[in-house]
Amino acid sequence: MANKTVLFKIKRQTTPTSEPFWEEFEIDYRAGLNVISLFMEVALKPLTRDGKATTPVNYDSNCLEEVCGSCAMLINGRARMACSALVDNLEQPITIEPFSKFPVVRDLQVDRSVLFENLKTVKAWVPVDGTYSLGDGPRQLPQVQEQAYQLSQCMSCCCCMESCPQFNESTGFVGAATIAQARLFNMHPTGKVLKEERLAALMGDGGIQECGYAQNCVEACPKEIPLTKSISDVGGDVMKKAVLDFFRL
Amino acid sequence: MAKTPKIIIVGGGLAGLSAAIKVAEAGGQVELFSLVPVKRSHSVCAQGGINSAKNLKGEGDSTWLHFDDTVYGGDFLANQPAVKLMCEMGPGIIDLLDRMGVPFNRTPEGVLDFRRFGGTLFNRTAFAGATTGQQLLYALDEQVRRYESEGKVKKYEYWEFLSAALDGKGTCRGICAMDLRSMEVQTFAADAVIMATGGIGAIFGKSTNSVVCTGSAQGSLYLQGAAYGNGEMIQVHPTCIPGEDKLRLMSESARGEGGRVWVPKTAGDKRPGKQIPEGERFYFLEEWYPKYGNLVPRDIATRAIHKVVYDQGMGVEGQPMVYLDLSHIDRATLDRKLGGILDIYEKFVGDDPHEVPMKIFPGMHYTMGGLWVDINQMTNIPGLYATGECDYSIHGANRLGANSLLSCIYAGFIAGPHALKYAAGSDAPGADVEAALAAEKKRQLAKNDALLNNQGSENPFQLWRELGDTMSKNVTVTRYNDRMKETDAKLVELQERYKKVNLSDKSMWSNQSFLFARQMENMLQLARVVTQGAILRDESRGSHYKPDFPERNDERFLKTTKAFYDAANNAPRFEWEEVDISLIKPRPRRYDSK
Repeated sequence: MANKTVLFKIKRQTTPTSEPFWEEFEIDYRAGLNVISLFMEVALKPLTRDGKATTPVNYDSNCLEEVCGSCAMLINGRARMACSALVDNLEQPITIEPFSKFPVVRDLQVDRSVLFENLKTVKAWVPVDGTYSLGDGPRQLPQVQEQAYQLSQCMSCCCCMESCPQFNESTGFVGAATIAQARLFNMHPTGKVLKEERLAALMGDGGIQECGYAQNCVEACPKEIPLTKSISDVGGDVMKKAVLDFFRL
Repeated sequence: MAKTPKIIIVGGGLAGLSAAIKVAEAGGQVELFSLVPVKRSHSVCAQGGINSAKNLKGEGDSTWLHFDDTVYGGDFLANQPAVKLMCEMGPGIIDLLDRMGVPFNRTPEGVLDFRRFGGTLFNRTAFAGATTGQQLLYALDEQVRRYESEGKVKKYEYWEFLSAALDGKGTCRGICAMDLRSMEVQTFAADAVIMATGGIGAIFGKSTNSVVCTGSAQGSLYLQGAAYGNGEMIQVHPTCIPGEDKLRLMSESARGEGGRVWVPKTAGDKRPGKQIPEGERFYFLEEWYPKYGNLVPRDIATRAIHKVVYDQGMGVEGQPMVYLDLSHIDRATLDRKLGGILDIYEKFVGDDPHEVPMKIFPGMHYTMGGLWVDINQMTNIPGLYATGECDYSIHGANRLGANSLLSCIYAGFIAGPHALKYAAGSDAPGADVEAALAAEKKRQLAKNDALLNNQGSENPFQLWRELGDTMSKNVTVTRYNDRMKETDAKLVELQERYKKVNLSDKSMWSNQSFLFARQMENMLQLARVVTQGAILRDESRGSHYKPDFPERNDERFLKTTKAFYDAANNAPRFEWEEVDISLIKPRPRRYDSK
């Protein structure tokens, strides 16, 4: 009897401007395999399913524990992390593709720097006076901490943005992750000093108004961050600010 | 007006970001190099917390007691003044992180909550859920992003450090680095360079470390003349989840919150753990170490697990596994304090640790050894600093849980201002600096050419597997000189075979296998430093355990191991340096008394 195997195909692309192509692979099955270990097998023996010599697959990865946000890709059509995608739970052949809404660097690597730029736009930080000694931080109730912690686990994987129908070139939408971070810092006792500026950054084209309430983001988030709740909260604040700004004129 | 000093920082984890913040705040210009976007650095993996003697539980804790626990936990191998300073800075660092918005867990009154970790009797560990490292890294990442938007920090993400650029006097004048996408090699001049390149897990194949923790940067600097301290001191974490691609950490906080380690009293008991009654369980840590129980330091717990599995044959289901059990604690408490790590177990193993005991086993986790530094975090190369896990200074022969995050931030906070001070006092770069940079670039380009044009049939990933196997088998928990000599011979064999590496991918655009193969050369060199250092240390101290020399031998080995590269023999050369024990007199380290 033939050994049990794992069948998977990868959409590859050699350079940012070259045409993509598919390669199929088949490796021996072992218990406990995840998608990352499939790539490691290919690196060890770079042969396609029909025995053709190929090259190791390029992909971003680091912690392999689903906290660094590196290894996001499309696996069987779904935006998710490759490290926590267990072969036992995936239908075969497993199809693996790079994110479709970010520029491809090579194979499964894409350029997600847009999110880090967006975080600058909304000033996603607490503007401390300095690193010198100023005593204890502000007291906070455990309930407040728990709410902040949920939002603060966002690892910038961009699964929410890849899954969002409104995240595309024509809208220029910032995406759910950035809005949730704006909410996180607006909640913080000292972070809220920049609240007006954050809300201003989320007004207008590409801002929070682009959200079409498809709710794909909250489904896609590997960390179960309350993204739609964040969008509606920040949306309310932005609306209030718009009205106040109007009367201030 | 004086010229703005330019400081290059290599590595964007906690140590690198801490240094960057200090330099930018003081008016210096930072160029920050990282293999990955800094927010994805390995510091995110730290789970349980960060130590500091804030003494908010009315226990009478103090920074002196934290200092004593750290020095004692490290079996007296650390120079004491730096450790003392770190413990004294601890409470201020926690306050600062709190002000920066780290969502630390709170008590009902709204102040910071603290929990207990291994190697102490005090609740001294502040924590943010079960992803403290991630939360700390994010807070510093945000502050650095703020400086970046003000133009004080320039990031080079997806860049690989290749080497330091040294002038005719051996002073560090900049670095040589490679763009991971265009593969272009460039040199960058700087007034000082701070290394913050983390651990060396990949030398052991599978470990708890992230993919980027190869030790290549440290290896490269060692080859350039940097001294490497206490390389043989490698921490194996007692509780990991074995996996196909890596060993995933199960945080010490699981034990800090009441997790109990046990095996069935009957070897080979086939019943699922949950069905084995209390009276038929052997809680070996609690029995052997009644005072500290499940919270003995990591080296002790690791050896105890090896003893129960390998010497007594009592591993769960006859396998190299023991139970780590939280299922007696109520679900809400577990979710509040340990949610993140329990999710990891469930996601990667498929069992729910709220309901059933977890199956765990020790795995390579941390290097106490690293680049030798002085009290200001400067290496023996003038102008070159090292901080965090890549420096050797704080943890001696064993690191206490939740001291790593503190030591990273401490080191960055020391190195940043000292690098600026050094830059202000150093000679203006002479004419030979340009020449030094050009020469370094030429040397690194030649290395690239050699690797691309090698003839042979070796696969770098196969060499890596063999490297990891021999290092994990012979140079971790229990060490025998004859077996380590076999490993050293194997390393020499791998170095020979490395010359015949033939890459299946020779393209020059984002070629990850090329980069990895390049790192292998430095990893093999560093592996010899670790192995030979361990062979020479004929005693047992902290994580370093030799059954043939079971006692600590202060007379001969209360000394820092310093390895230097001997080019003539292509091998390490060793010196030993006195340890500064001026503050606490060494005493026997025992955790088994009542």
